[in-house]
Amino acid sequence: MTITEKIISSHCGRNRIAPGESVWVDVDILMTHDVCGPPTIDIFKREFGEDAKVWDPEKLVILPDHYIFTENHHANRNVQLLRAFAEQHDLPHYYDVGSPRYKGVCHMALAEEGFNRPGSLLIGTDSHTCTSGAFGMFSTGVGNTDAALIMGTGKIWLRVPETMRFIFEGELPPYLMAKDLILAVIGDIGCDGATYRAMEFDGESVYSLSMQERMTLTNMAIEAGGKNGVIAPDETTIEYVRARTDHDFECIYSDDNARFHSEYRYDVSRLEPVVAKPHRPDNRASVIEVAGTRLDRAYVGSCTGGKLEDFEAAAHIIKGQEVVIDTYIVPATTEISESLRSETLDGMTLWDVFVNAGCKMGQASCAACLGGPPDTFGRMQGDEVVISTTNRNFPGRMGSKQASVYLASPLTVAASALTGLITDPREVLV
Amino acid sequence: MESTIRGLAYVVGDAIDTDQIIPAEHLVFSLNKPDERRMYGRYAMSGVPVDQQGLPYGHIPFTDPDQYLSEFTFVIGGVNFGCGSSREHAPFAMTEAGAKVVIAESYARIFYRNTIDGGFVIPFESHEKINDQIRTRDELELDTRVGQLTNLTTGQEYLLKPLGDVADILNAGNVFEYARQNGLIGA
Repeated sequence: MTITEKIISSHCGRNRIAPGESVWVDVDILMTHDVCGPPTIDIFKREFGEDAKVWDPEKLVILPDHYIFTENHHANRNVQLLRAFAEQHDLPHYYDVGSPRYKGVCHMALAEEGFNRPGSLLIGTDSHTCTSGAFGMFSTGVGNTDAALIMGTGKIWLRVPETMRFIFEGELPPYLMAKDLILAVIGDIGCDGATYRAMEFDGESVYSLSMQERMTLTNMAIEAGGKNGVIAPDETTIEYVRARTDHDFECIYSDDNARFHSEYRYDVSRLEPVVAKPHRPDNRASVIEVAGTRLDRAYVGSCTGGKLEDFEAAAHIIKGQEVVIDTYIVPATTEISESLRSETLDGMTLWDVFVNAGCKMGQASCAACLGGPPDTFGRMQGDEVVISTTNRNFPGRMGSKQASVYLASPLTVAASALTGLITDPREVLV
Repeated sequence: MESTIRGLAYVVGDAIDTDQIIPAEHLVFSLNKPDERRMYGRYAMSGVPVDQQGLPYGHIPFTDPDQYLSEFTFVIGGVNFGCGSSREHAPFAMTEAGAKVVIAESYARIFYRNTIDGGFVIPFESHEKINDQIRTRDELELDTRVGQLTNLTTGQEYLLKPLGDVADILNAGNVFEYARQNGLIGA
């Protein structure tokens, strides 16, 4: 069996399962946020009663992150609803807005707070919940109804997916990042190339990546339609998890004779920096093909491209220079935000590197990745052309239907911010 | 599940993602409070680019401005309908506008799952591409038991794919009723 099959199997009390079977599984962690949490709670109360108890408060994680820094009173009301629910149920894992516990983008916070553990099964009310699979676990996104059923019972039905295997070999050149690898995969197989399937990432290049970079791979599995993305755990995984939690975990690996739906091999030394052109994540082009495209804006942030290493990469390029277009820097979490103020590059904090270059600095949250209320930091308002480290570029994704979004790596976005044109990072990397 | 559903078609293209079905800025509204939930009907499908709203000619809003209900019963799409986010607000919005059925060549799995488990629009799959054969405002009739779709405007008929084992959840109403009927949660 594959990792995915084994984890689902161990969570439904069976020794063996096969792709295509539907099974009821026990959920280790349910995660929700401010957009889907309130409607999930409404359904939970409707179905289980006003005073019903959450199945296991230790296993429910609520991370408001989407619409936080806005004047929109409905959005603010939704955070208040989460707060009241957390108080009513005495939830230990609620990360309240305005408190020192506030974290920011849920998928990064799950990792930082030790909820991502090898061998476990995590369900979230967000499509990018697949991010957690970087830790050798099963994770996928669901809607409010499924989440409400879990909230009351701890259970969900899952159809066991077939697994597609993506093997990356060779040494990653300094001008490439995990974002280039996953955009290449999505370009190859399309936005529905992995629908209903697991995407397992394997190969020496994957294991040479940090956990942050691995999360970029699994994060975008959903952009190929994948049910989950997964990477087998190794020493890097164990080291990260041990530093974040005392909880026990089990490392699970695909069998040598596991059956895969298909296998794709990439020599990363031969790949190039790529973008996804408007208006689909599979609309791949090499940066060279679109170099010179005029831009209005650059954006570095989100669960895909708002991690500390994403900012380190961007800062490496921007350091000592000035951006010529509006450039937004939005750390995914408060921990990353604090690191920007403590980590230094040639004696200057990353925060100061960006400020001195003329970038606009945002607060930890999802911000403009998904548009949001009109006053959202960095949101597109008109026909802007933007290059972004985020994950989706369907029409209107970043707030305006007239805007055009190019998805790219933090290196490519930073290089482009310096010229106002789509720019190959090889031109500016020293 | 109604056995026969009749009404007008609203036709869109491929890869209609959930931001096109319900733009993220509207997700702040309660799905519970009557005065707020109807806003989902108003803004359903409003993220589709204007020239692709109601094919083949476009420029037809799914729900007229200032209205809460749509005149359309069927949404006809292409491949990978409902891709993108996990927001259940998407099938909720279509249903709130009055749509009963979505027919597409294929679906993104979270959207598909949400329609079934939440008991929203019924998601049928076509064997072939039909969003270039059916036109917006054609009148359609669907026999949901056998998946027989008739275009009353053109006379064309299509046999849709069987719903498969998810029909049990659809017939129960939603995943909670299904779980109760099967003893998975207490009545």
